[in-house]
Amino acid sequence: MSYNILIVDDSKLARMVVTSALRRIRPDWTITEATSGEEALTAVQKGGVQIALIDFNMPGMDGLALVAKLRQTDAHMPIAVVSANLQDEIIARARELNAAFVGKPLTDEALGAFLAGAALRLKKAPS
Amino acid sequence: MTVDIASDLTEIEKDALAEIANLGVSRAANSLRQMLGEQVFLTVPNVQIVGRQAASDLIGRGSRSPRFVAVQQSFDGPFAGKALLIFPEEQSLELVRTIVGEQHSLEDVIDLEQEALAETGNVILNACLATIANLLRRTMNMSLPAVIRGSGEALFGETAGNDNLVLFLYINFRTKERDIHGFIALLMDLPSITALKTIVTDYIRVIESGADQPRP
Repeated sequence: MSYNILIVDDSKLARMVVTSALRRIRPDWTITEATSGEEALTAVQKGGVQIALIDFNMPGMDGLALVAKLRQTDAHMPIAVVSANLQDEIIARARELNAAFVGKPLTDEALGAFLAGAALRLKKAPS
Repeated sequence: MTVDIASDLTEIEKDALAEIANLGVSRAANSLRQMLGEQVFLTVPNVQIVGRQAASDLIGRGSRSPRFVAVQQSFDGPFAGKALLIFPEEQSLELVRTIVGEQHSLEDVIDLEQEALAETGNVILNACLATIANLLRRTMNMSLPAVIRGSGEALFGETAGNDNLVLFLYINFRTKERDIHGFIALLMDLPSITALKTIVTDYIRVIESGADQPRP
């Protein structure tokens, strides 16, 4: 089963890192990119996004504020907050919002584990 | 005079440097959080090639305080420069008190100030630079921390006639409860900028090729 995954990061380099990891781990999945929280909301409203990987430290709306917004309309979409900022409060807030936390620099192993869990949840979810 | 030749860095180079600095400082924020016991907020990184005067102006503009205390460590390797953890001078004692614990008297805190600042800077700056070095797969040597005090100009080693261009990366931080704020800044001179550009270009190429995975 192939899914459409949304990458949200203000840094082009960071999006390249995620894209290249995704091509290795899940080459058949499609990728949508957004450079800000606002762009991400628009992309999700258009429909078709099933999984989201969201950077924390972005200008304007930060990653956790974006997750909170997304959760108002979708309580179940698998979402990971991706950040090198490992502070307890940030990880705890991600958990509160029913989102995973994946550390930066990104490793294939950590991303792969999140994606495997996400695929499983989507398969089980009533469509 | 403000000399801004940031166009010398391509968009993707600037983006890559900002992201690499962001990773380093985000890791360092976690160390700071553990030492202070409260959450630390970061801004997004700022990357510019500017004269030293403009660099100190940028720090001055980001704070109401005219005087600063900074922990400085030089680093050396394929590229060389200075990393600084900068606070407004009037927050220095408050910061040290937060780190060593409220139970200590003011005299103790004053006694400990220099040592505590050097140690804090050492932990934070090492967390930041080690992340950057690992990411770029380069080894960097770091000097012992030195505590310096003074205006923005004093921090950046500006003397008359020395308005050399530097690569200046900085991020503001502030704590949630006590409103302790400051900057983490990296400064590199022109030969280092050239070396760093080559390393960053290699790094970008590895990611684009998709063949390898940047090492954690």
